[in-house]
This record gives sequence, structure tokens and C-alpha cells, in this order.
Amino acid sequence: MKRFFSLILALLLMLGTVCLSACGNSGGATADEYDGGYQGEVNVYNWGEYISPGDDGTMDVIDEFQKRTHIKVNYTNFETNEELYNVLTNSNSTYDVIIPSDYMIARLREEGLLEKLDYSNIPNYKYISDRFKGMPYDPTDEYSVAYTWGVVALAYNTDMIEEGSIKGFKDLWSADYKDKGVLMFNNSRDAMAIAMQLCDPPIDPGANTFTREDIDRATDKLIEQKSVLKKYVMDQVFTEMEGGQSGLAPYYAGDIMTMMDNNEALSYCLPEEGSNLFVDAMCIPSTCKNKENAEIFINFMCDPEIAAANAEYICYGTPNTGALELLDEEMLESELFNPPEEYLDKCYTFTNLDDDIYAYMQKRFVEACSASAEVSSVEKRTVNPAAVWGVGIILLVIIIATVVIIILDIRRAIQNRGRIHKR
Amino acid sequence: MKTKRPAIPYLGWMLVFTIVPLVMVVYYAFTDSKGHFSLESFRNASVYSEVFLYSLLIALISTAICLVLAYPLAFSISRCSQRAQSMIIMFLMVPMWMNFLLRIYAWVLILQNYGPLDMILNFFGVDITLIGNSGAVIVGMVYEFLPFMILPLHTVMSKIDRSWIEAAQDLGCNGFQIFRKIIFPLSIPGIISGVTMVFVPTASTFLVAQYLGGTQFMIGDVIERVFQSDHHTGSAIAVVLMVVILGFLVVMNRFGDEEAVG
Repeated sequence: MKRFFSLILALLLMLGTVCLSACGNSGGATADEYDGGYQGEVNVYNWGEYISPGDDGTMDVIDEFQKRTHIKVNYTNFETNEELYNVLTNSNSTYDVIIPSDYMIARLREEGLLEKLDYSNIPNYKYISDRFKGMPYDPTDEYSVAYTWGVVALAYNTDMIEEGSIKGFKDLWSADYKDKGVLMFNNSRDAMAIAMQLCDPPIDPGANTFTREDIDRATDKLIEQKSVLKKYVMDQVFTEMEGGQSGLAPYYAGDIMTMMDNNEALSYCLPEEGSNLFVDAMCIPSTCKNKENAEIFINFMCDPEIAAANAEYICYGTPNTGALELLDEEMLESELFNPPEEYLDKCYTFTNLDDDIYAYMQKRFVEACSASAEVSSVEKRTVNPAAVWGVGIILLVIIIATVVIIILDIRRAIQNRGRIHKR
Repeated sequence: MKTKRPAIPYLGWMLVFTIVPLVMVVYYAFTDSKGHFSLESFRNASVYSEVFLYSLLIALISTAICLVLAYPLAFSISRCSQRAQSMIIMFLMVPMWMNFLLRIYAWVLILQNYGPLDMILNFFGVDITLIGNSGAVIVGMVYEFLPFMILPLHTVMSKIDRSWIEAAQDLGCNGFQIFRKIIFPLSIPGIISGVTMVFVPTASTFLVAQYLGGTQFMIGDVIERVFQSDHHTGSAIAVVLMVVILGFLVVMNRFGDEEAVG
């Protein structure tokens, strides 16, 4: 769910979340009728649409928690990991449970913003698969309990592209699919990671050791892709792929499942190069006020029944071995939901980057996005000197014209004043 | 001084929401991350020169198309009865009550492959991609900002006294002469405010290119994205854009003054 919304969309969605939270509150009001009332509360901060909501026959996980434990849940959403980070560092609001992604957990942990968990209060932790213990973002397993995970995969339209002909990320650079409409991630981390895998020699996107030169090489690779690329997208990918507007796109596996439900012509491919394995995990921030309740909540979320309900709704992988036994055969058979173990061994997980390197990556990505598509692969440059001169000359002409006009106006004003005085 | 008192709330508003942000943007543009004076951000911003020129070009073309479309329309509206005029103006305004993004999205649906327009063209054997190019961006811009061109033109044209046109006809002017000697000179203030009201937002708008265009960004999109990670470079681009627009306004106003005097 690492979706990056553009500003306006974010505003629209904020309105949406306000409505949703309003609905949530009204639900909470009826829940007040429990006999003993609430004993304490827990403040949960999660991605949007990242918990089973209780409509269309799904389980209302929050309501279920309130019923079982009599602890009131104050549930709020964030849109990006960066938003979560800003809220945790800049505002007074206190959350008891947060669900950031891998690299953000590493960052929060390194900056001392996470509280150590008391795993004796989380007996259901035993259900978490060993693969999701000791992850690079939390090597000693002290701060986090994995909630969901997924890989980046490729979606393609079999009406336009022959089934089985897509093998890996290298096809995103192939001129064969230019007319079919090739899409690419519109966020620096994911787009750069794919480009890095295809560089020669490949760069490990999961390392935190790469340098500015590595990023430059990946940028060149992205610019090379522009001649076959239709668009950089994030959420637009749903309409583009479901509506048959574009033929090939990399995206998060859980979301590809959603797309395939809505358009039967779509198929998927796990890229042969290996891809990004991302994990979102539950943590307790150091500013929390209800640590015990937070641990009760985390334990509840690890209950196989609850984890299965969430997985069914979100369509992202669950690290919960107990939940896997409760899920539909059909769902487990899907490689998107449950990629084979051997494939996962080829995948990498993002770690926290230095601020400096991350800023440089974002900068170079915007430059790649705004580079001209006609640039030949031989001269991979993002700066066009002619254009720089053009802007310079326009600026100069405009400034001179403005100054001349202002001087003329002042002179005229002075002359007019003189005339009035003479009268 | 008494007469200026009612303006105080607005002056306060302007100070907080216009002057302060402006100073902040200029401050950011001329400093580096440590707060020292630096032109580094302008050097970084020079990478986006091509996008900048492209945006200005798109803005110019859109403005020209808007002017050509709006001018005859505004004139014929201004010749209608008072009642019909307010009716037509209202219909022009109705689309603007809808959300900006929704209207752009509607254009995506119209222009997309297998969309209605594409189907009709295919039926006649024309096979072209309508979306994902500069043409689609210009169509979106024209649609979005056309009312801003029509309204000022209509305002000045409805103020042109009918008796002047009649007098010119009595004195033997043909249609073209009436236009050149009376209607055009008197409508210049409207043209100027219309052109500014269209050019300025089209040059700096964002999202339209992201939805209707292909991989080519516009400068508004670049500012938005650069700002997420680097306030200084983002501000530098914004300052350059502001200077260009300011200069454009000054030149336009001057042009208008002289025409009016002449």
C-alpha cells in the first residue's frame, strides 16, 4: 500500500477519511452500550484500507476487538510512510500502535522512536513465520511484529501481449511492447530499484551502501526507458490496466490481484530478476501512552482468525502461519498472494537510506521524469544547454522590458505632475 | 485615513498569506540547506529548463486558441438580449461548479483508447492515439480555462454602446471597418485581462499534464515533485516562473495602456 498520492488526490482522500472516521465514530457510539463500558483505549495509526472493515460480509476487526477486550480503538489512517514519520516527530498526537513499512521501521528504530515490545504479552507471535523474523529492519526482533507483506510483480494484458511472453523487468525496456502502453512506478524508490536491478553490473537495491554514482547509473537506465514508456503512474495504474488502456505495468502483487478481479484479460508475472519484498509491521512508538493495550491489540491482530480476515480483505500476503490454514485454497494457490519460497529467496527488502542519498535519489528521479523522451541512448543527458540558454534569454528580455517600462511610467508620471503644477 | 479602515482585515490577510509566503519562497530560493546565501538551487533548477520552455509553449498555444474561440463567442453573446446573456453566461459557468479534477478525468475518458471519440474516428478509418500527447494537454487546458477568457471579453463588449456601431454604419463603414475601428480597440482591456487570466494558470498548473499527457511533465508538476524532497530547488523554479509571469503582466498592461491612449 505504498501509494503516493498527488496533492489534490490527497486532499480528496482526506475528505474521504474524514467521512470514514465519522462513520467509525458513529459505530463506536453504539459500542458504548457494552455492560462494563470501556476499560482504557488504544490509538492505532494504519494505512488506508488496510484492515477488514466489516462490510460485504467481512469481519469488522476493530469492532470485534472492542467487543472482546472492552478497549476502545481510536483508528486513524496515513497515506505515506513519510507522513507517518512527520506526524510522529512533529506533532503532539500520541499513537500506541503504528504499522510502517520496512525501511521506515529501520529509520524509526535507528532514531530511537520505537519502544521495545514485551513478547510475553504477545503469545500469538508464535504464529509468525520464521521468514519474517530477524528481518534487516529489525535484526534482533525486538521492535516489530510483521503484519502483511508482498512483492512487486508485473501485470500485463493478454489481449495485447501473448500470455507467457513477459519474463521480467527487462521487458519494461523492450521496444516490442512500446505500442501496447508500458507503465512505470511514479515513485523514486520503486522505479530506481527496478532500474538498478537492470544495470550492468546490477546494483543491489536492498543494500544501504549504494553511492551517488550508482543512482546516476540507474537514472541513465530510466532515461533510456523513456523512449518506450507511456506514463509514470501510481494509483492511475488501476484505471489504465483495468480499462485496457495500457498493456504492461509493474505494481504491488496484492493490487495486481485486485486488478485481475476486475479485468479477466489481465495476467501476471513474477519477474525473473527477483523483486522487492516489502513488509509492513506493527510497532509501538516511544511516545505511546497505553503500551499494555497496544500489546493486547498486536496480539489480537496475530490471532489466526483475525489475520485471515484481514488477509482476505487486503489481498496482501500474511506472515501468519495459523491464518494460512484458514484461507481459501484458491487464494493460497495464487503466486501473487503466496509466491513460492524459492522466489522469495531471490527478493530483496528495502533498508533505510541516508537522508542525503535518499534526497539525491528523489532529485534524480524527477530529472529522469522530466528528461526529454527523444534523447538518444548514446547521449544520456538530462540538461539541454540550448534550453538553459533559452530560459536565460527569456528571463533577460523580460527583466529588461519590465525595467524599461517602469522607467518610462515613472518619467511620464513626473511629467504629468509637472503639467498639473503649471496650471 | 478613515476611509482605509475597512481594508484592514484584507491587509492583514495579504500580509500573512501573500507577503510572508512570497518572502519565504524567495528566501528558500537564494539559500542552501544550511541557510547561507547560495545560487546552487538555481543551478539545480536549470535541469528543468526544457520542461519550462515546453510549459510556456503549451500555455501560449492554449491562450491563443482560447482567444480565437472566445472572441467571436463573447461578441455574439453581448449582442443578445439581457435575459439571454445572463442565461448563456450561466451555462458557461456551470462546468466550473464541478471539481477541476473531475473535469480533467472526464477528458481522460473521452480521449482514451476505445473511448467514444476514438471509436467514432476508428469507424471512419482514422487510427490515431488521442491521449498521451501535447495535443490532449492543450485540449484539457483550453476546456479548463476558456470561461476565464470569455467572461472579461463579454464584460467589455457588453459595454460597447450600440449607437456607436450604428453611427459607423450610417457613415458608411463595412463590417470589417467597424470591427477594426470600434469593437477591437474598445475590447482591448478585455483581451488583456482574458489573456492574463488564461496564460498565468496554464503556465503553472499541474496534474493536467499528468492525466492527459504522456511522459512529458509540465513545470507545475516538476515544482510539486521537487518540493517534496528539496524546498530550495523547488523555490528557485517557482521564483523563475514568478519573474516570467510578472514580466508578462507588466508588458501586457503597458501594451494595453498605449492602445487605449492611441
